[in-house]
Formats: sequence, structure tokens, C-alpha cells
Amino acid sequence: MSEYLRFLWRCGRISFVGDWRYYLWMTFLTVIALLGLNAYCKQFVEGLIVTGMTDQVSWGLYIANFTFLVGMAAAAVMLVIPVYVYRNHDLHNLVIFGELLAVASIIMCLMFVTVDLGRPDRFMHLFLRFNFPMSMLSWDGIVLNGYLLLNLHICGYLIYCAYRRRQPGKMFYIPVVFIAIFWAISIHTVTAFLYVGLGGRPFWNAAIIAPRFLASAFAAGPAFLILTLQIINKTTSYDVSKKGIMLLRSIVTVALIINQFLLLSEVFTEFYTGSAHAASAYYLFFGLHGYTGLVGWIWTAITLNTIAMILLMLPASRSMKFLNVACVFMIVGIWIEKGMGLIVPAFIPTPLGEILEYVPTINETLVCLGIWAFGLLLFTIMVRITIPVLAGRLTYDTEYHFESVVE
Amino acid sequence: MTMDPHNKEDQASDQGCQGSCGCGSGDGKVSRRSFLRVGAAALGGMAALTAALSPLRELDPDDLPSVEEFIQKHYKEMSGEQMQAALGRIEKDVQKRFGVTPEVADIKPLDGVEFVYALNLSRCIGCRKCVHACVAENNQSRSPEVQYIRVLEMPRGTTDLEQGDHHYDRPKVPSDHHYYMPVQCHQCASPPCVKVCPIEATWQESDGITVVDYDWCIGCRYCEAACPYWARRFNFAEPQIPKDKLNKKMSYLSNRPRHKGVIEKCHYCLQRTRQGQMPACLEVCPVGARKFGNVLDADSDVTQILKHKRVFVLKEDVGTLPRFFYYFDERYPRSQGGEA
Repeated sequence: MSEYLRFLWRCGRISFVGDWRYYLWMTFLTVIALLGLNAYCKQFVEGLIVTGMTDQVSWGLYIANFTFLVGMAAAAVMLVIPVYVYRNHDLHNLVIFGELLAVASIIMCLMFVTVDLGRPDRFMHLFLRFNFPMSMLSWDGIVLNGYLLLNLHICGYLIYCAYRRRQPGKMFYIPVVFIAIFWAISIHTVTAFLYVGLGGRPFWNAAIIAPRFLASAFAAGPAFLILTLQIINKTTSYDVSKKGIMLLRSIVTVALIINQFLLLSEVFTEFYTGSAHAASAYYLFFGLHGYTGLVGWIWTAITLNTIAMILLMLPASRSMKFLNVACVFMIVGIWIEKGMGLIVPAFIPTPLGEILEYVPTINETLVCLGIWAFGLLLFTIMVRITIPVLAGRLTYDTEYHFESVVE
Repeated sequence: MTMDPHNKEDQASDQGCQGSCGCGSGDGKVSRRSFLRVGAAALGGMAALTAALSPLRELDPDDLPSVEEFIQKHYKEMSGEQMQAALGRIEKDVQKRFGVTPEVADIKPLDGVEFVYALNLSRCIGCRKCVHACVAENNQSRSPEVQYIRVLEMPRGTTDLEQGDHHYDRPKVPSDHHYYMPVQCHQCASPPCVKVCPIEATWQESDGITVVDYDWCIGCRYCEAACPYWARRFNFAEPQIPKDKLNKKMSYLSNRPRHKGVIEKCHYCLQRTRQGQMPACLEVCPVGARKFGNVLDADSDVTQILKHKRVFVLKEDVGTLPRFFYYFDERYPRSQGGEA
């Protein structure tokens, strides 16, 4: 126990140690996170009136980001399956970063849901009267928190074993890894069902939403990891194999192609039939009665995703430069598509046919940026701790020169 | 998973002084210089954090839940005594907020009653008197204004809501080329809003009215997204009601004043209808377009209307089984002549 406390203490210390780039990055994130906290305090005092949300568009940027991040959390499973099911060796020492990303993403998800609440002080009502299994939101609470715990266990156990120079006991984590695979699918499915289950919102009430959700998640998450792994490769001594990254590239390519295909199916169904139910889709893609707030966004997303898809299919993206462009494009593209493109149009027009556009406020945007910064801060710290531990430089029997870098 | 130590040099740890130069690196030892640096960083961090939290100084202590409110149980779990205590707390709260002493009761549904609303589209002239009578009766926020009833001005020949005008502003209603369709909570028998609430803060009572426990709602607005009739309203800001406009006859599940951050909705004026009165929107209607009553009573107006009129419900295809019906008279009394 005292050894574990010492481990935690040393983890805490090492997160404050790094070179000037590390300090610059962490200071930057801390500043943004504090700005976000400041904006949230304003919201806490004034109410959700400080956001751009209305009774007409009652969910906005918060839920949009939440939705996107649920997808990011699943990135892990795209590394876990090759490693643990197909025994792939190229990804073996990279899989932990996927799991750490899942932890950071889920924490961001939970923060986004919390800032969206009108009465966060009544949070404990969730424990006192839980509408399970009727409410999809109660399912979502279970699967998200469950996924967080599973990944915390896997990462924590493996890292602590490496710290103690012990071989991890398979019994203690392999079953959890397999549970987590199914659990990762469930966090998407349940989050998609959250929207799909609403008969009063025809834009969401379509069976394709859940599969599309999975496809876009399996594209954006690993794309984010490709970028992260290269940063790790450049800034630390950790060995990131190029073969591993190329395998991720294949995964991302297939996922993005499936995503684009599902988008096409959706667009065809909405527009070819020309039913009155397509009003939200018209608003999203072409504008409705002169209201065109999302048209620029969605076409940007489609363009970015299409360029990314073409780049990925070309041999050019074997070079990191093009691969990175493709990854950035698809992360932005999918962020728009799943956030702004999936959440907001469902509210426009309202079920009574009124059109009121949604424009996020600065305060609301700052809260979002703050949560993102906080999540990236957590992710960076976790990676910062993991690398020396896995590399065997920070273990229970080594002296680690915490201050050597900055002196 | 095996952890192989990697071959690349750890530049970071090799550049250091190895703890031998007296600069205080290494586990446990702290030099004055590093102490000062860490201290300055910690101080700066604390200052930044305090600055970030500074908007909380504006927080009105009265806005925070009292201990009694915080530990109050769910409506269905409260004993009689606990309910009395809650009602007392609410009275004090209203007194403090508005300087008015209200009478707050917990009015229960009556046995053998199922309320149903019927609205005569041939008669409605779109005057919106119902909208404002509702706000006055039910203590909705006046700023920002919260309204439970939305009246749509519909072109003749369609029931497509997207063609309705929500913001019509005429010197004189009705327009000869339109009909008017007020929409409020339909008190569905299969309510999607109740189904989706993660904490059972909203439910359907035995008389068919779907209510909200304003002390239980966490404000996630999932119910608002689920409602096919756009009947729910959220308190984005602390509701403002002028003291002299407050309706002092209040009920726990209906028109007591709300706080910010919770959902509210039409509840068929249960503080009136459960005590034998008609809803405020009905009483104010100048043309008698609104009918309300107990559908389990064979002689009631609504039962007769459901039996004999051309009745329909809005969005029957979403399957929520509304208890709010629209109907037309056999002929259009005002369409031909043009007078109301």
C-alpha cells in the first residue's frame, strides 16, 4: 500500500517535469482550461441563458461535443482488437495509448454532460431514483461510467505492474480487455439510441444513425491516435513503430469509406423520397426557407472527409505528411458532421414547424474549449507518466531525477 | 502485454546533473531555488484559479438550494409529514422571493377521472387570450417569458405544421384565409417525455396529467427533445414575476414558482381542474372553442364531442396517444361570411 502511494506521488511529480515544449503546452492548456472554468462559473450563476440554446434548439455545442467524444473513446477498441484478438505485434506497445485516450475522452464526455445540466447540484438524484431500463440516458450513464472504470483498471494495472517490474497476471486484465471490447461498442450504440429512440424527431429516428456512429468513431479516434503517436515519437524516447501507424492507417481508411457510404445512403433516402420528414436534412444540406446556418459547415465536413478518403486510398498517404493532412481533415470533418451535423438539425425546424437557428455564444464556446483543454491536459499527463514507466526508467527500484530536465 | 525497455536514449533524464551538483534534484531533496520556483508556480496557479472562480462571488445565496431542499425526497417517496414540511419550505421561499404569502397545497388526482381536452378548430379565432391567461394562472416567468400554449396560424387546406406561422401579428384576427391551431401539452397516454427522463422527475398521474417535480428535475432537457408537440419549456434563467402578478393559489406539482434550470409544462391547470374548476385557457376563450372534462363520465362535453364530432389528434403516427383532440364543426360558420 505504501508502495502504491509512493507510485501515485511519483506520478504526480513527474507530471510537472518536462522540457520547455512540455511546459509551454501544459501552460497553454491550463490557461484555456481556467478560461473555461471561468465561463462555466458564469453559467452556474446566470443559468443556461448564457448559452445560445433555446426551447427551440434545446441541445447545442455541449451535447454535440459529447457525441463526438463518445466516438473518440472507442478508438481504443480499434487497437485492442488487433492486439488481443488477432495477436498483432506492431500495435502491441501502442494499445495502451488508445486506452488512455478512452479514459480522457470519457472524462470529457462526462464533463460535457454535466455542464449541460440545468441543476448540476442535484446530480445525486441519479443515484436515488434511476429510471432504468426505460430511459436511454440512464443506460448511457451506466455504459459511459462502466467504460471509464474498465479502461482505468486496464491502464492502471498494466502501468503499475511495469512500475513494480512484475509480469501482469493475465487473469487480472485479459477478461477485462474482452469485456471492454463489447463495452466500447455499447457506448456508441447506446449513445446513438439516445437520439434514435425519439419518434418526435424524424431526423434522428432512423436506423442508420447507430451504424454511422460506429463507422465515424472508428475513423476519427484512430486518426487522432495516429497524430498523437507521431508526437510521442518525436518528443520522447518511446519507440513507435511505423508498421503500427500503417496498420492504423488501414483501419482509418476502411472506417472512413464505410462512413462515407452510410452518409450517401442516408442522403439518398432523405432526398429521393422527398418526404416531408426531410425538412431537417434540407435545412442541414441546403437551407430551409432562407435559413442556411449549417450549410457551410456540413459541406466543409463533406469536402474534408472526401479529400481525406481520397488521400488515404492513394499511396501518397504512406508518407507521414499526407497521412497527417488526411487525419486532421477527417477529425475536423467528423467533428462537424457528428456534432453540428447530427445534433443541431434535429431541432430545426421544431416539431411544430418553427425555425429558429442556433448560434453558440462565446461563453458556451469557452466552456467547450476549457473542457477540451482539460481533457488534453489529462491525456498529456497520463502519457507523460506512462512512457518512462513502460520504458523501465521510472520503476519502484529506480531513482528518477525529477528535476534534471529543467535544471 | 510485455514492456520492453526501448533502445532510444532518454535524452530527458540524461541531460540532468544526476543529483550530484547540489542543485537539489533527485527524489526527496529540495533546494532553496527549486523551492522558490515551485512556490511561485503554486502561488501563480492558485491566483489564476481564484480569478477563474471569481464569477461565483455574484452567486445569490438564496439561489443555492437550502439544506431542506437538498435532502428533500422524490415526490412519490415523501410521507404526509415530509410533504407538509416541503410545502412550508416552498411558502417561505415564495415569501422571500416575491414578498407575497401564498397558499401552497399538494392537490391529488381524483378517483374515476381522466381528463381530456377538445379544441374546436372551426371556432378558434387565434386571439391568443388563452396563451396569456395561462401565463397569469400558472406563474410562468415573465422575463424571459415562458408560454405553454403556442398558436399556429395555418393556411386553409393543410395540416402540415411547417406551413404554420408562429409569429403572426395582425391588427385584427381572424384572417379569412387561415385557421388557427393552438398547441399545448397533449397529456399523452404513452408519453415519450416520461419514458426518457433518467431520474423519474416527470410522470403521468392517475387522471392522465403528466407532471414535473420541480425539486427533482436536473435540467438535462431530454424530455424537451423527446416531445413531438414541443410542449415543454426550460427555465434558462431565474424566472422573474412581478409581485402583483403572482397567483397565490399554488400547488406543488403545478403552478408554484419555479427556479432556474428546471423543465415545466402545461398540466391542465390541475390546481383548478382537480377542484372542479375549468382550466384558465378555457375560461378565457371568447368563442368557446375549448372544451374540457372527464372522459370517464359519459355525460361530459368531451365524451359527447369524441362520440359525435369529426375528431382528430395531431401526429397520430408518432403513437403517443394524446388526450388532446381537435375537431371541426360540421360546417364552417365564419369562413363563408367572414365574420367571427
